[in-house]
Amino acid sequence: MGLIDKIRSIGRVAEPATEAPAQRLPAAAGLGGSVQVRHVDAGSCNGCEIEIGQAFSPVYDAERHGLRLVASPRHADVLTVTGPVTLNMAEPLRTTYEAMPRPRMVAAVGDCARDCGMFAGGYGVLGPVSDVVPVDMQVPGCPPEPAAIVAALRSLSGR
Amino acid sequence: MSAWVAACVQAGLVAAVAPLLVGFMRAVRARLEGRAGGRLVQPWRDLRKLLRKEPITPTGAGVVFTAAPVVLMATSVLVAAAAPYLSTRGPLSGAADLIVVVGLLLLGTVALALAGLETGTAFGGMGASREMTIAALVEPTLLLSVFALSTRVGSTDLGAIVAAGATDPAAVFTPASALAAAALAIAVLAEAGRLPVDNPATHLELTMVHEAMVLEYAGRDLALVEWASAMRLSIMLGLLANLFIPWGVAGSLHPAALALAAGVFVVKLTVLAGLLAAGEVFLAKLRLFRIPELLAGSFVLGLLAVITSAVLA
Amino acid sequence: MNQVATALGVAFAVAGVGALAGLVVPARVRSAAAGAATTGVGLAGAAAGLCAVSGTSWQVHLPNLLPLAGVSLAVDALAGWFLLLVGGVAAVVGVYTVGYAGQSGHGPASRTALAMLPVFVAAMLLVPAAGSVSTFLLAWELMAVTSLLLVLSEHRHSPAVRTAGLWYAAMTQAGFVVILLGQAWLAAAAGGESFATIRAAGPGLSPVVSGGVFLLCVTGFASKAGAVPLHPWLPRAHAEAPSNVSALMSAAMVKLGVYGIVRVGFDLLGGGQRWWWLLLGALGVVSALYGILQAAVATDLKRLLAFSTSENIGLILLGLAAAGLWAEAGQPAVAGVALAAALLHAANHAGFKSLLFCGAGSVLKATGTRDLDELGGLSRRMPATTALVTVGALGAAALPPGNGFVSEWLLLQALLHQAPGGGTVMIVAAPVAVAVVALTAGVGVATYVKALGTGFLARPRSTAAGRAVESPRSMLAGMGLAATVCIGLAVVPGVAAPALDRIATGLRAGSAPLPSSGVDVRLSGVASTISPLWIAVGVVGLTVGFAALARAVGRARRRAAPWDCGDGPLTARMEYTATSFAEPLQRVFDNVLAPEQDVDVTHPAESAYLVRAVQYRRRLPDRIEARLYRPLIAAVEKVGRAARVLATGSVHRYLAYMLTALVAVLVAGVIR
Repeated sequence: MGLIDKIRSIGRVAEPATEAPAQRLPAAAGLGGSVQVRHVDAGSCNGCEIEIGQAFSPVYDAERHGLRLVASPRHADVLTVTGPVTLNMAEPLRTTYEAMPRPRMVAAVGDCARDCGMFAGGYGVLGPVSDVVPVDMQVPGCPPEPAAIVAALRSLSGR
Repeated sequence: MSAWVAACVQAGLVAAVAPLLVGFMRAVRARLEGRAGGRLVQPWRDLRKLLRKEPITPTGAGVVFTAAPVVLMATSVLVAAAAPYLSTRGPLSGAADLIVVVGLLLLGTVALALAGLETGTAFGGMGASREMTIAALVEPTLLLSVFALSTRVGSTDLGAIVAAGATDPAAVFTPASALAAAALAIAVLAEAGRLPVDNPATHLELTMVHEAMVLEYAGRDLALVEWASAMRLSIMLGLLANLFIPWGVAGSLHPAALALAAGVFVVKLTVLAGLLAAGEVFLAKLRLFRIPELLAGSFVLGLLAVITSAVLA
Repeated sequence: MNQVATALGVAFAVAGVGALAGLVVPARVRSAAAGAATTGVGLAGAAAGLCAVSGTSWQVHLPNLLPLAGVSLAVDALAGWFLLLVGGVAAVVGVYTVGYAGQSGHGPASRTALAMLPVFVAAMLLVPAAGSVSTFLLAWELMAVTSLLLVLSEHRHSPAVRTAGLWYAAMTQAGFVVILLGQAWLAAAAGGESFATIRAAGPGLSPVVSGGVFLLCVTGFASKAGAVPLHPWLPRAHAEAPSNVSALMSAAMVKLGVYGIVRVGFDLLGGGQRWWWLLLGALGVVSALYGILQAAVATDLKRLLAFSTSENIGLILLGLAAAGLWAEAGQPAVAGVALAAALLHAANHAGFKSLLFCGAGSVLKATGTRDLDELGGLSRRMPATTALVTVGALGAAALPPGNGFVSEWLLLQALLHQAPGGGTVMIVAAPVAVAVVALTAGVGVATYVKALGTGFLARPRSTAAGRAVESPRSMLAGMGLAATVCIGLAVVPGVAAPALDRIATGLRAGSAPLPSSGVDVRLSGVASTISPLWIAVGVVGLTVGFAALARAVGRARRRAAPWDCGDGPLTARMEYTATSFAEPLQRVFDNVLAPEQDVDVTHPAESAYLVRAVQYRRRLPDRIEARLYRPLIAAVEKVGRAARVLATGSVHRYLAYMLTALVAVLVAGVIR
């Protein structure tokens, strides 16, 4: 009975949704409001992972906008990539992108994914994500807020 | 209305409602967990998008990989058309036998397991191995529930069992029936791959049973597999509903009666799905080697159901 | 002249010619000659069986053929069913042998092996046709000897073949002695040795006599059928024999054990007491469960198939037990259904098991191994064989629309029937039996998914499997013939209905169980029906329809590397093996299977804390053999060693033994 009481006392946790996004990405037109997201950590410090995790948590609840996390790139429409691409993760990232069925997109999340951020020039770092796979959208921030991540992904689902 | 047309309408209804049922279950879970959750029609959007994406076959996989989603869909549609959801008078009385339904559902499972092995990946084999172990251990419970139900009317014909229940409430509200319902409910959880046997929403491959077999599917193959899985869940919940709450099933093929029966059927499905989703909030997945204990428990319930029905009859 | 007589005469004549040809003809054409002869014998036998199940019967007594007793043949509908079964399997195996034995002249293509093949089939045809105790025993022993010679065909190949032959010889002869005792006792009590005389005297025998005879005969016949715990010869002999012989033994010979039980229990003794059928049911239940569990964890393909035979025999015995119990309880309609289920399952099993063993033979010939952990990838290198084996596996797994499903449905209908007058025993036994059938079916499905999935699909796990080539046409033709029969029985099992009705009424074991069964299978006394044809049409039609629709709609398919989580290409080493596939099931049934594990760790000389190599070995022994038979063999050896003191080598002592024995027999003759 503890869980039932907790459910009743807490009620709804999700914050109210912000306004609809301005534009839908043209490449995402065929998705029709259903976006499956697969995440790849290409060498990040995990700060962006925590924010992405929060984006799909009950508070920000990205699922109400048609977004869902999946386990296999074969099930995914968009790859969210974080971190500067390290030397060891370059080939796995490429393989993951190749494994996705078309039409497929890549979202680079965080400053590191965009231009290596504070790790630029490190000995284990290959380069930004755009050096390895074609990037369709970027979410700036170190780390970006969950609301920003949700807003960016909403431009794919259009809802 | 011709029986064949009614069967097609019934199959179409189940196919249309199944993704909505999955959406409803996700919505119930979301509300209980304090989230807003997706829309009811979201699974339909997912299916529509998947049908437009390109299917991929891994190198080294042959015809079994491409055929399995189709076989899965075919068996699900056949059962959906033949089972007595709307009316107890179907065109295929030979296919609406309870043992045949169990066999056809098992055929779909086997097709997917073979496809999992065909991919040649470790996860595919793992999913196939676990799925077949659970399917093997669920069989005794399923057939003992069939036994307990068939004593109602002396036959395993689904239409006859449902009709007997609808006309004679005393045959439905018996201790044997309650025990059989409990046993069958646990068996349905195992067959449909729901908590606590399998978590359909997990991302950890080592905890997957059903999902591990479909990690390699993309595009319309994946659409067929997801749709067939949703249909199998609806089929099994529908059987549970109509076998133990048989009122509302039409006795004839009159269009008005069928329309009413369709409405009642959707309501029953919704209620059962809502209960299942709410229950899942409170459950965690069982470790794989604890599942035989759960299934043994359901087997004992089934055995008690049969013995009770024989002793109290 | 009587059609049955003509057909049987042709069969025996062709067998004789075939044996001669096998001995005389040069190696190049020997396989073709012997294979053709075997097919001829099989077709003639099947024709005889067909006439017999359609109503023609035949009796003849040939007093001059054998001294003292003569040869007596009697073919009725029951005998006809088994003639048809044996003949069909022989026809398939004959065609298959042409390609399988090859032209080498060694092993399965040696003179002995190929000459014995038609003689073995002829002996198997003689067993159901026998009409008196002595003829039956003669045919039984002939069958045993010829099959032993065939099992030992490849004895130069490996010591395992010799051990298998030894086990087989010992258990077959022990079974023969037990059957001899039982039948001789029956003949003595009935006052005559022809089956007609015994049948007339059967109901009048005292319960002690009929019970003792039944017990002895069931022990002997169940051992031949491969029922657990009398089974240890079966996985050995069926695995080590050449695959065409394995197919004959597993699909046809073990059914003659079933025939013996039906003949003695239902026909000659006329039904009998309840404990007989409970005993048979217990045997059936144990066989079914133990057989399928051992098959589920077996990695040797032929051992898997052999234990699966044990399981199916268990189901058949369960059906016979149900028939006997329902007949006792005064429910002839349901008894007939149970008997029909058992006989139809025997026929279905003959169909798919011969197909599967021929497939195993093709795989063995193409790759040189029958270890499932080393096979794989055969669907691309041997597509026709894989497709045919899939048909067999579908039937063996008892899934719709396969042929095993229909007989299993019939069996379940007979067990699910609830009627008053059964008593507490039936109330408890029926759900247990249903649960056993269900668990067996479930584990059976897992077993065949394992065999098909790891053996034939994905990528080859060894270089041997990677070099496989498709079998020659004659082997595919033989398998295709078996597959056609399987599909026929799966889609229109109603063709067997008139024959089964005739058998059930003839045995006084039930009224016509399957009246008016055309496309549907309708039962008398049970209100269920099934339409295998519509199920098959539905499944196949919808599959083809959805496949066509899927191709027409949507984007084109792309080939890509399997998703390997990003780190490097997958090798065949990363595929699931048969052992790993069965591991969860083995863990669940740990107490029954009791695996033995050895872990050997070798350390380098420098330090015991470091590891140089680890060797892990796991064995799944046959527990019943270890617990029951090894002590028995040890005891026999002990007795033998102790008895050595009797054989000192002194001629005087031996003469004294002979004199004592002679005096004892004379005294016993005078006293009686």
